[in-house]
Amino acid sequence: MRQFEYKRAENTRGAVHAHAGQASAYLAGGTTLIDLVKLDIMQPERLVDVNRLDLADIEHSDGGTLKIGAMVRNTTLAYDQTVQTDYSVLSEALLQGASRQLRNRATTGGNVMQRVRCSYFRDGVSPCNKREPGSGCSAIDGHNREVFAVLGTSEHCIAVHPSDMCVAMAAIGATVHLASADSERAVDFLDFHRLPGDTPHIEHDLKDDELITHITLDAPIKGAGSTYIKLRDRSSYQFALASCAAIVALDGDTIREARIALGGVGTKPWRCKQAEAALQGASATDESFKQAAQIAMEGATPYKHNAFKIPLARKAIVRALRDAAERARRSAGEPT
Amino acid sequence: MSRSASIIGAAVSRIDGPDKLTGRARYAGDFHPEGMTYAYGVYSTIARGRVVSIDTQAAMRCPGVLDVFHHGNFPSLHRSPASFAEENVVDEKRVPFEDDEVFYAGQFVALVVADSFEHARAAAYQVKVTYDEDTNTVATLAQAMEKRGSTHANDSERGDPEGAYQSAPHQVDATYTTPVETHNPMETHTTVARWIDGKLEVWDSTQGVVFTRNTLSKVFDLDPSRVIVHADFIGSGFGGKLWVWPHCIATAGAARELGRPVQFVLPRQQMFTTSGHRPETSQHVRLAADNDGTLLSIRHENVNSTSHVGTVVEACAGSTEGLYKCDNLRISHATSITDRGTPTAMRAPGAGVGLFALESAMDELAVKLGMDPLELRRKNFTDRDPGADLPYSSNHLLECYDRAAESFGWSRRTPGVGSMRDGDKIIGWGMAACNWDAMRNPCDARVTLHDDGSASVHCASQDIGTGTYTVLAQIASAELDLPLDRIDIKLGDSTFPHGPISGGSWATASLLPAVAEAARAAIDKIKEYAGKAGSPLADADPNDFVYEKGMVKDGHGKAVSIADILKPQQLASATGEAHTGGAPDSGYSFGSFGTHFVEITWEPAIAQLKVTRVVSAIDAGQIINQKSARNQVEGAIVMGMSSALFEATEYDERNARPVNNNYAEYLVPVNADMPQLDVILLDHPDYELNEFGARGIGEIGLTGMQAAVANAVYHATGKRVRDLPVMLDKLMDETE
Ligand SMILES: Cc1cc2nc3c(=O)[nH]c(=O)nc-3n(C[C@H](O)[C@H](O)[C@H](O)COP(=O)(O)OP(=O)(O)OC[C@H]3O[C@@H](n4cnc5c(N)ncnc54)[C@H](O)[C@@H]3O)c2cc1C
Repeated sequence: MRQFEYKRAENTRGAVHAHAGQASAYLAGGTTLIDLVKLDIMQPERLVDVNRLDLADIEHSDGGTLKIGAMVRNTTLAYDQTVQTDYSVLSEALLQGASRQLRNRATTGGNVMQRVRCSYFRDGVSPCNKREPGSGCSAIDGHNREVFAVLGTSEHCIAVHPSDMCVAMAAIGATVHLASADSERAVDFLDFHRLPGDTPHIEHDLKDDELITHITLDAPIKGAGSTYIKLRDRSSYQFALASCAAIVALDGDTIREARIALGGVGTKPWRCKQAEAALQGASATDESFKQAAQIAMEGATPYKHNAFKIPLARKAIVRALRDAAERARRSAGEPT
Repeated sequence: MSRSASIIGAAVSRIDGPDKLTGRARYAGDFHPEGMTYAYGVYSTIARGRVVSIDTQAAMRCPGVLDVFHHGNFPSLHRSPASFAEENVVDEKRVPFEDDEVFYAGQFVALVVADSFEHARAAAYQVKVTYDEDTNTVATLAQAMEKRGSTHANDSERGDPEGAYQSAPHQVDATYTTPVETHNPMETHTTVARWIDGKLEVWDSTQGVVFTRNTLSKVFDLDPSRVIVHADFIGSGFGGKLWVWPHCIATAGAARELGRPVQFVLPRQQMFTTSGHRPETSQHVRLAADNDGTLLSIRHENVNSTSHVGTVVEACAGSTEGLYKCDNLRISHATSITDRGTPTAMRAPGAGVGLFALESAMDELAVKLGMDPLELRRKNFTDRDPGADLPYSSNHLLECYDRAAESFGWSRRTPGVGSMRDGDKIIGWGMAACNWDAMRNPCDARVTLHDDGSASVHCASQDIGTGTYTVLAQIASAELDLPLDRIDIKLGDSTFPHGPISGGSWATASLLPAVAEAARAAIDKIKEYAGKAGSPLADADPNDFVYEKGMVKDGHGKAVSIADILKPQQLASATGEAHTGGAPDSGYSFGSFGTHFVEITWEPAIAQLKVTRVVSAIDAGQIINQKSARNQVEGAIVMGMSSALFEATEYDERNARPVNNNYAEYLVPVNADMPQLDVILLDHPDYELNEFGARGIGEIGLTGMQAAVANAVYHATGKRVRDLPVMLDKLMDETE
């Protein structure tokens, strides 16, 4: 029997202290971790249970930002009043993820840290550079339709970062707050997840002696409309084949500001800044949205079974931008 | 006869519902004999080659481990003859751990037994197996046909199909392919085995306690009377649990070696390897028709994937011979060997995928002819089975077409591709016929009238979740004139009177007559006792005896209870037994018929496909229970839709390992995918098949669904998808 130690942390200090220095894993909702431990893919020697930590609040903070504790459950976050009104893209993304049972357990920190769904990573026997650095990537020439990326891939790994929540956060703009025993630091959300490059086993900017304590969302863009479009084979309980979080703010029919982030196609939550720049000042028409979609998917690399994701992602982008713009228009028309 | 007819055909709720809801219903894994141990498998990670060595040292040192079995130390066993007539079918012929050869990924290479499930699993992870891998694996049917060719299985021909095809004005020539589908019942395969005094007792999630008993008796060389198999409840099987698979033999073998009971539960991942699947098929269909749509030639030639350790023929053309009137026909079946596990029957084997091809081709023909696809089918309807050259006992397919078309609103269909719209969505309407054999098998049953006024029914068949307990209770209640709650149905025990496997949709048609006859025999018995010395009716004329509501009446209306009749005889019960035969040889062909009408929407801007509406009409004889019958048809429709849109076990083409071997990635519909369902049950009794006029209903609803969906997809998009499943990437334009 593979033995592991279980420690229940009572505070952040205790948690990071218990975590540092050996093969540990924080146990939050456990919906990723326990699964992978049972499959013998993750083999922590110590589980540090963070469920007792005082990190389950959603609070307004400076400059209109929203501070979300790492232990806030996905369901709680999705139905939070502020999130539903100011960040509906986040609420929609969360509610299209996993299933209700899973969302009731899954936490904000755990969701950010969830592992890839690549079947070669999870089978425990195929070569996989994430599981066994240097062993090779089985997906590149294998079955690579569903949870495999076309953006941000490398010859060492093409697995998608599977989160929906993170896509919305990437679009909104966010900061990941990390605490170690004696210091705290903040990392731009877009820099937190790493591209696989030649080190696909290094997935994020989190040190061994650090814990995600919370995530702050940038203040909402005034008057913007937003939405999350998730495209997949079946209507729920499937990871995105392609998804798009879009936020659009208008001046009349001109785009004042636009945000686009993609899921299901990137090796990390994928923000499309060039496409956004092309939209700024453009008129909010299908023409502009299509052009933005074109730019967003430039440089995408198709693999054997997932080439369709490139046009599919464009469709998600166009539809998300159109719906977000429509919402922006409607909210502009609403009496205040 | 005192049959109270009102309960037959009624919408009776499942009598086992409360037990299932409260957890009283016990499934194989719920039996915990004294001294239980737990087994966990070690499965081959290669698809083809040899086991060079198995290092069990680390595993043996793990806590709680009792033993690790493998080809080096497992007892040598016998193969089952795999005979249907002898009722010992296996699809995988090989016995586990026979030798060091590996034929597919997921094959058992070792079995760890420990004092707990967790200990067994942890130790199994520690078994180190080294292989001599043959890397030239054959992962798919296409690879198999290219590298290994195919082996002819059977064929049948009438008229001159080639000549008639060549000279016909309209032809369709197309090849359709269907992927491997994996049975994914909620309850994975489970076996609990124990040996007492050289007798083997097994609790197994099986669709056939008698077949399992006979197979194990062959494998362990025991008289069948020394093997007992129980299956009180089964968390469904869909055909995957018809025959014995390696885990069951491995578990029973391990229990014998250890002298302790062993429980084994197959992990979900291995449901995709070592316990069967619907094989991959490639179906070549050629149709020819006259200008008015009359079919002039039908050819349906098929190859399906099979394994090195079992030859399974998927009878794709099973329905093709008899569904349409056509004088020139050829069907054939062949197999080709992949380095994958052995396939087996999966709900509606044969027609389940076969009608995807035939009914898609009929749609293609209708398009060529410029004819309404429904009209084309009506035109070629036959009330005679041209395959068997016999009239159908009862075929109401035309009425199915009429009623389903009416309810669906088919007359409002505009034939042009993409001609029907709803805002951004294109609507597609398609239809197809469905068909399933109406079979009946020999069956024994015992009915006992007890002195407390209750009755019990025994039969070594089983309820696989389809409602067999309930329909038998209805029949017993009707025959014995007793309320449902006084009837106790006992199934799932191989020591009961011989019953058939639960497959082929024949359980109802086979069991009902046997139970009814046994009930009548029990009534005769009680009448016999009523006339005996000491009985309160001893002086009456036995010819006047009438049985009614648990009482026997004489000619003067004097009524005596069963208890009062039995008591003077010093008896607690009266028993009737019956043996009824298979389908009567009465000059008829038996079949069930039906049709599906399907509406889909396709939204090209976001590449989203949805089945929005299904109307099906089914002619399956007398419906015994409106609730369970509807439930069966609705479930089958959903499964057919699942096959149309989602299901496919994907194998890595380089090494033949299944890659989507779990519930998250092997897609089946979720609630949100459910269309509006309207099931019309025709309810015309077929008295030629049995006295109740009932045919089976478990499978027919699946057949034809894929074609109805694909035909609707064509109507909306102009894309003819000939390779299942119809996924969105197959519908997207390459230019997008
Ligand atoms: C069947 C299935 C379907 C799913 N479908 C979807 C889907 O459609 N969309 C989607 O977005 N997600 C989906 N998920 C993934 C799900 O969202 C994640 O499993 C979940 O968000 C993880 O959160 P958790 O709290 O359970 O994490 P845990 O499993 O507890 O932890 C996951 C990882 O994060 C680490 N961790 C946890 N908290 C912290 C912290 N505060 N600081 C640092 N590290 C931490 C853990 O050590 C572990 O390595 C699905 C999951 C399953 C099982």
